[in-house]
Amino acid sequence: MTAVLAAASGLFTQSFVTALLAGGVLASIPLMFTAVGEAISERSGVLNIGLEGMMLVGAYTGFLGAYEAHSMWVGFLTGALGGVVAAVLMVVLSVRMGLDQIVIGIAITLAGEGITSVLQQAQFGGAYPRLPAYPQVAIPGLDSIPILGKSLFDQPLVVYFGLGLVVAVAWMFSRTRWGLELRAAGEKPEALDAAGVSVLNTRSYATLATGALAGVGGAYLSVIAAGTFTPFMTQGQGYMAIVIAMLARGRPVWVAVASFVFGISLSLSTALQLTGINISADVINMLPFAAIMLALVIFARSAYLPPALAVPYVRGAR
Amino acid sequence: MAIAAEDRAAAPAPPAPPPARPATGRGQMVVLTFVRSLVPVVLALLAGAVLLLVLGRSPVRFYSDVWRYGVELNNWQNSAVLMAPLLLVAAGLVVVFRANIWNLGYDAQYLLGAVFVVGYGPWMFAHFPLPVAYAVLFVMAGLAGAIWTIVPALLRAYFGTNEIITTLMMSFIGIDVANILVKGPFQDPTVTIPQTKTIPYNDMLPNIPGTHIHVGFLVALGIVLVLHYLLTRTSFGLRLQVFGENPKAARHVGINVRRLIISSFLWSGFLIGVSAAVDILGLWSYVRANWNPSYGNTVIPFVFLARLNLLAVIPFVAFYAVLSTGGDLATQAVSLPTDFLLVIVALILLFMTIIEFLGRRRELGQSYLTKGLREALRQPLVRRRRSP
Repeated sequence: MTAVLAAASGLFTQSFVTALLAGGVLASIPLMFTAVGEAISERSGVLNIGLEGMMLVGAYTGFLGAYEAHSMWVGFLTGALGGVVAAVLMVVLSVRMGLDQIVIGIAITLAGEGITSVLQQAQFGGAYPRLPAYPQVAIPGLDSIPILGKSLFDQPLVVYFGLGLVVAVAWMFSRTRWGLELRAAGEKPEALDAAGVSVLNTRSYATLATGALAGVGGAYLSVIAAGTFTPFMTQGQGYMAIVIAMLARGRPVWVAVASFVFGISLSLSTALQLTGINISADVINMLPFAAIMLALVIFARSAYLPPALAVPYVRGAR
Repeated sequence: MAIAAEDRAAAPAPPAPPPARPATGRGQMVVLTFVRSLVPVVLALLAGAVLLLVLGRSPVRFYSDVWRYGVELNNWQNSAVLMAPLLLVAAGLVVVFRANIWNLGYDAQYLLGAVFVVGYGPWMFAHFPLPVAYAVLFVMAGLAGAIWTIVPALLRAYFGTNEIITTLMMSFIGIDVANILVKGPFQDPTVTIPQTKTIPYNDMLPNIPGTHIHVGFLVALGIVLVLHYLLTRTSFGLRLQVFGENPKAARHVGINVRRLIISSFLWSGFLIGVSAAVDILGLWSYVRANWNPSYGNTVIPFVFLARLNLLAVIPFVAFYAVLSTGGDLATQAVSLPTDFLLVIVALILLFMTIIEFLGRRRELGQSYLTKGLREALRQPLVRRRRSP
């Protein structure tokens, strides 16, 4: 009992909270980019199971770009491009030709895992070159708030971009014509078609956007978080992003909140090491997934997916 | 009837039937199905060859190495050993896929089964005669796999929660649970690396006389054949099929849909768990932490290519067993990671869906579809002007 109490008091030291929050933000960013992307495609009616593969391709191409051009920004750009290339496969096969979205998604994930591993090996021959650390940007004033300041307001620049993106996508969904069309494509594609807007085009753009965002999320993992590319480095984060988008019912702000929660559980392992509490890495790795299962069990009735999700649209078919 | 017969007699001989439309005869259907199943594999191997060329490796050398290490001399026996767990995983997937349910939690179901077999194996063999111990361990592994599907099964049956997501999440959790068990209660105390105790060589499944293929191969084959019978000749199989084709119709004809969902999940997990028992007792004899053969990922395309028909699954699994056994060494020989095989598997999946699409389009072209829709399906990529 006393040991537990001591552990509990040790839990809330300043360094622990700072590490937890800062790590949580860092870990949540790739999830957030990817999950916002997934929210876009899910709302338009495309269930993108290939997210994991798109992230890995983005991580690889992003690393390559940053490594060759010595620039983080080139890395994000090439990462986005890599994700888009993987998404093109999804667009052509699933959206345009109406092939099974799940089978194609699995194929994209397998292909992404395999090809990045093969290319990495072929290119670097078993070596894992590292990128330099990139500077962080502190927001003057806010970063001097005790505990919270250092952890929340002193981050790589991309983090702020990510938050801006969430707001932008939320605005697009609710306030623009494009957002309306997107939602219609997932809710009632026939209606969108009748209104004279191409369902297939809408879904294609949405899927490409998803690929780009998943690519950026992957590039973040390799360029910022790890500083190198290792095969299979996403470790299921693509799937987590799918669940986050699902639990957030496709609303970007909730996606950001949920990503942060899961980011915290991802960063718990490193933070716990600071306190000297010895919990096996396996237990901690399990936490985010267990949290998601728990959330799914509790909110089983309310997790929401659009009615036309994963149903290919064929004009005039019943 | 008499009149009808008279009429027929009186009528002039019916004109010769018009030249048969393509693919009407049973023989032709079989050929067509055969072609449709093989073409994706061939295309994927060709695309893999192109990829090898791009990477500056010799495809001829790679594929001949696959053949050499996977088939020649006695290497085909290694492939057969690999077939044993693959067949059972495939069987586990077919049971759910026929009901149009996705069980993607195979990795955890396999690993948990494996860990329980090695965990309790040594104790069982020490206290019980071999046949009893085998039976108990097989069932135990099966139950471990089945139990791991319960939560997704209940969520799907009662709330319609997407089982793709839940089984995947349970898979990630289960892999960690298996690792915790390996490093914790089942850790071999005599070694420092995290791995379980090893099952003594004499207690492993015996080999088929004259080979080094263990009898688990025959067990797997037997289970697959029995299951094929169950799925194609019993009411359980029919119910699965009806539900898979049309859940609404299934409800209409009074099928207890919830029970069906749950039982197909449980069977699936059970079979995948048993595959682990066969694999561990026949080949591995221990489990190391973070070990994950991930059979399910690579079996999926072949299950589809076999059109969820377990008899057809057997040759496809044999093909993959050779590709994998030979490919393991062949990729090393050209200094590529074995993940190259994943690319080939993914290519098979992609080509399969495309070929399926082309085939379906051909059939639809002769059907009841309206002209506009037929046109749309024939040229899906062409943008059509909408009539005013």
